[in-house]
Amino acid sequence: MDALTAHLDELGHGLVTTVQLTVVTTLGALLLGVVVATLRVCPVPLLRSVGMVYVEVLQNLPLLALLVLFVFALPTIGITFPLFTSAAIVIAAYEGAYLAEAIRAGINTVGVGQAEAARAIGLTFSQSLRYVILPQGLRAVIQPMGNICIALLMNTSLAAAVGVVELTQAANNVNLVEAQPIAVFTGAGLAYMLLALVIGRLTGTLERRLAIVR
Amino acid sequence: MNPNQQILFDVPGPRAQRRIRIATVLGALAVLGGLAWAVHRFASYGELAADRWQPFTTWPIWRYLLDALWNTLLAAAATAVLSAALGLLLALGRLSVHRPVRWLAGAYVEVFRTVPALLLIYVTLFALPRYGLNFPLFWKLVVPLVVSNSAAFAEIFRAGIKALDRGQTEAGLAVGLRRGQVMRLVVLPQALLQLTPSLVSQLVGLLKDTSLGFVVSYTELLYSGQVLASYTNLLIQTFLVVALIYLVVNASLSKFARVLQARNGRFTGRGRSARPDPAVLTPGGNR
Repeated sequence: MDALTAHLDELGHGLVTTVQLTVVTTLGALLLGVVVATLRVCPVPLLRSVGMVYVEVLQNLPLLALLVLFVFALPTIGITFPLFTSAAIVIAAYEGAYLAEAIRAGINTVGVGQAEAARAIGLTFSQSLRYVILPQGLRAVIQPMGNICIALLMNTSLAAAVGVVELTQAANNVNLVEAQPIAVFTGAGLAYMLLALVIGRLTGTLERRLAIVR
Repeated sequence: MNPNQQILFDVPGPRAQRRIRIATVLGALAVLGGLAWAVHRFASYGELAADRWQPFTTWPIWRYLLDALWNTLLAAAATAVLSAALGLLLALGRLSVHRPVRWLAGAYVEVFRTVPALLLIYVTLFALPRYGLNFPLFWKLVVPLVVSNSAAFAEIFRAGIKALDRGQTEAGLAVGLRRGQVMRLVVLPQALLQLTPSLVSQLVGLLKDTSLGFVVSYTELLYSGQVLASYTNLLIQTFLVVALIYLVVNASLSKFARVLQARNGRFTGRGRSARPDPAVLTPGGNR
């Protein structure tokens, strides 16, 4: 326990970094997810294929491989970002593919009649998507999107492997100094569980507020 | 293509067709522009030179990478078998009639579903050796992955078992089978068949998880790529090739999962739609 209290500063920094990374990448991934899901259902065949290729590639590559490629290999062709930014970009791109698939599933749950009614009153594709389909489709998949956010939280720990000092790395660093693995790692594990619980509660509340009961 | 995706637009008329053509041209220009920019980037840093790609046409390099792929598959297979077995036990535990068993299995699943695999790997790397548990390298990767993946498998199995019609269990009990027998003879064979696609997609996730061997320095694909890159100094080429290998293997597995899904989980045959409707065979319907 002393090991934890003596390094509260370091662990707190790690925790804050994890939370920051989670929030930033969730927002990025949501935006990307909506865009890619839109591409996948749009009337232009080429754009549909672009969306499909994006999802296929990003879902089938290990996140760690993407992080390593981005952080260690891209500098050789002159592309460098600060470490935190790199990690955020890669994780957002990766989770964006998963969110896109969840959102597309949501779009598919919206009744055909809704889309037909939207077209019948003269809405264009983007208008019917914006005002009719997405508001209903997104509400149908709040729970799955929450699960993806929890997966995202756990995946932010991989940023540790390329050098971002977030919660996992901070715990590891403290353990290397204090050599009290049980207390330190249990503390970090509890923090992750707590954060996941918060995300679960948040999506639960959102679901109750927003879901359309049919 | 899924007909549902077509609900958002009608068969395009002349104006819509013109707009689609414009969007296609713009999209193509954007994609080509991106590619051209990437090629220019590679060229201006000299990474496009033939001698920087030529090693990847030689057998020794490929043998090294294929060896690494073999190690990746080995770790994935061990993780898959062990975590599926443990996951099944946990799922049965969560559905047990005994409260303590249910509680223990539930606690395990809830905890390890929300703790990152990397944290578990750090525990096996830095914590367990202090208590005399020093696994060989292979198991330092596989044990934490099993611990975290078994929780995911348990949730898949539990969902599958619960999704099966209750009438099946009740019928089994009614003909005098004991609970264990009902589970083994009636419920599991049907639930597992339904679950095959989800289990195969979980395999993709698991195979991706083995890339954590990078942290353990177990010579799977990603770590071997790192070793190769620091030896040959062909950083971006090596990691692109490694990514390509992952992509080919995982995309095939994903494709396999989709085929299974379309066939309703059957490895052979043409799927349920080609068979007589079960509702016809069982009077009173399946539900």
